[in-house]
Amino acid sequence: MAPATTLTKPPEGATAPPGTPRNRKKRGGQALTGWAYAAPTALFVLIFFVAPILLVGQMSVSDWGLFAGNRGVNAPENFTDVLDDRLFWPAVWFTVKYTVVTTVILLGLALGLAMLVQEANRWTGFLRTSFLVPSALGLASASLLFYALYSPQSTPLEFLGIDSFLGTPNAALWSTVALIVWRFAGFYMLLLLVGLQGISGDVYEAARLDGANRWQTFRYVTIPLLKSSLALCAILCVTGSMLAFDQFYILTKGGPDNSTLTIVQLVYNFAFFGQNNLGKAAALSVLVLGALLVVNLIQFRGLREKES
Amino acid sequence: MRSLLIRTPQHVLAGGLAIVFLFPLAWAAVASVSPQAGTAQTDGWGFGNYETLANYQAGVGQYLLNSAVVSLLTVAFTLVVSVFGGYAFAMFRFPGRNVLFLVTLAILMVPYATLLIPLYVLLNQLGLQGSLVGLALVLTMFQLPFAVFMMRISFEAIPGELREAALIDGCGSFRALRHILVPAVKPGLITVGLFAFLAAWNDFITPLVLISDSDKAPLPLAVANMRQQVMGIVDYGATEAGVVVLALPCVLLFLALQRHYVRGFMSGALKG
Repeated sequence: MAPATTLTKPPEGATAPPGTPRNRKKRGGQALTGWAYAAPTALFVLIFFVAPILLVGQMSVSDWGLFAGNRGVNAPENFTDVLDDRLFWPAVWFTVKYTVVTTVILLGLALGLAMLVQEANRWTGFLRTSFLVPSALGLASASLLFYALYSPQSTPLEFLGIDSFLGTPNAALWSTVALIVWRFAGFYMLLLLVGLQGISGDVYEAARLDGANRWQTFRYVTIPLLKSSLALCAILCVTGSMLAFDQFYILTKGGPDNSTLTIVQLVYNFAFFGQNNLGKAAALSVLVLGALLVVNLIQFRGLREKES
Repeated sequence: MRSLLIRTPQHVLAGGLAIVFLFPLAWAAVASVSPQAGTAQTDGWGFGNYETLANYQAGVGQYLLNSAVVSLLTVAFTLVVSVFGGYAFAMFRFPGRNVLFLVTLAILMVPYATLLIPLYVLLNQLGLQGSLVGLALVLTMFQLPFAVFMMRISFEAIPGELREAALIDGCGSFRALRHILVPAVKPGLITVGLFAFLAAWNDFITPLVLISDSDKAPLPLAVANMRQQVMGIVDYGATEAGVVVLALPCVLLFLALQRHYVRGFMSGALKG
């Protein structure tokens, strides 16, 4: 998921305690001690982040089997193989559809919840906790929970007259969306709640004096002033949905008939399930990485324009 | 301000929504002790589903132990690395400082799923593939952007005089860190530790890719594997029991540490 932290500018400049003498010798010592403390971070970042990124680049242009290892250069076949794969475009299309549906529903519901529990009292405290508890669960646990909830046997939802929750492409999509909405709505509600509380009461007072009704206040006061919070939620939601895996792996395994296959599931399938082709999986990973960077760049640019 | 007529439907709606949100959790708890049609367990209410879970392959104890080992190792690695890292970034100037900090934050920009394929190969080469330590190291790396950032701002919030006083009293920088500064950043440590624990406890895709020996699977992976493997019949009751065992510590932690949890949500982000 995209970081909230990168939106905050990291603290600038030196933070050495004020009044420390800054002669050259001391600074040299400080640099050495500083590096000593930073060394574990540097090692971790180098071995488990920088090296894999370089490796995924190399693998994406190599003929690399799961058990066979590197069998030499295979560029650009890995990439053309990915684009020619019969499941590639359906997976892209499904991932985009899922991302749009999830983002719209989740943001709408989260905003509704946030406005519902905006005033703080004992009653809203209980409500906030109820909405938030699902986000304490892991996504995999939540998916397993819904997997059983949607089971054909002993389902209390049976009386709703729905006999297939995961059996048809549409049912599988909406059932998964319901799970994700349940799991994440409280989380986004919390982010929006912070935004709502940042709006001063004076603005509402002014709108009321100008004769604005509830809808007008919402449309012309709340929404514009909440834009950066909404944009943050949208970025997190879009990024998370584009990388959807756990929920589909557990609920549908990409089925029925590959109709809920996401991009990340396809990466996994190329590498470990059936094809054992790490080179092809790496090539798709590189494409995902590129797509995500572009999407994030667009979103951040949009966010900045809205703020200025 | 608002009339009672407007507020009452609002209360009904809110209450209804709260029930909808709590229902799946309550249902899992009830279903886990209820009899299941079509499975081996048909003899009324009780802990039969938990027995099935307990007896699955290596036994639920083994999978809980795997989860506990991975989670605690991840918490330990994350705390040690981020305390040192945060201290370095907050208190020292050294060449490459800003680059290293930005690269650490950049971990958030790269989807973890795209890193898992090369990490699988890399851990193979390091002889750590399939080991719980290797898994914990990878999970620690994903925690670092949030953890290092959090510890950096925690150390920066400490008044400079506190550290200076320690240094003047003859403490080395390490003793100042150990005895004066670490106690002062305790809230940050709790937040970072809590998040590392929950992330490691709940992670699914990383062990799915990195752990091939099913006896070394952490609990989420074991429960997911269990579904299809009882003679081809899905045992939903045992799955519910697994969900309860998985979710209970998280929900209790959440309720106990709600304030830290919420604050952490605000200042960072979770993958998912």
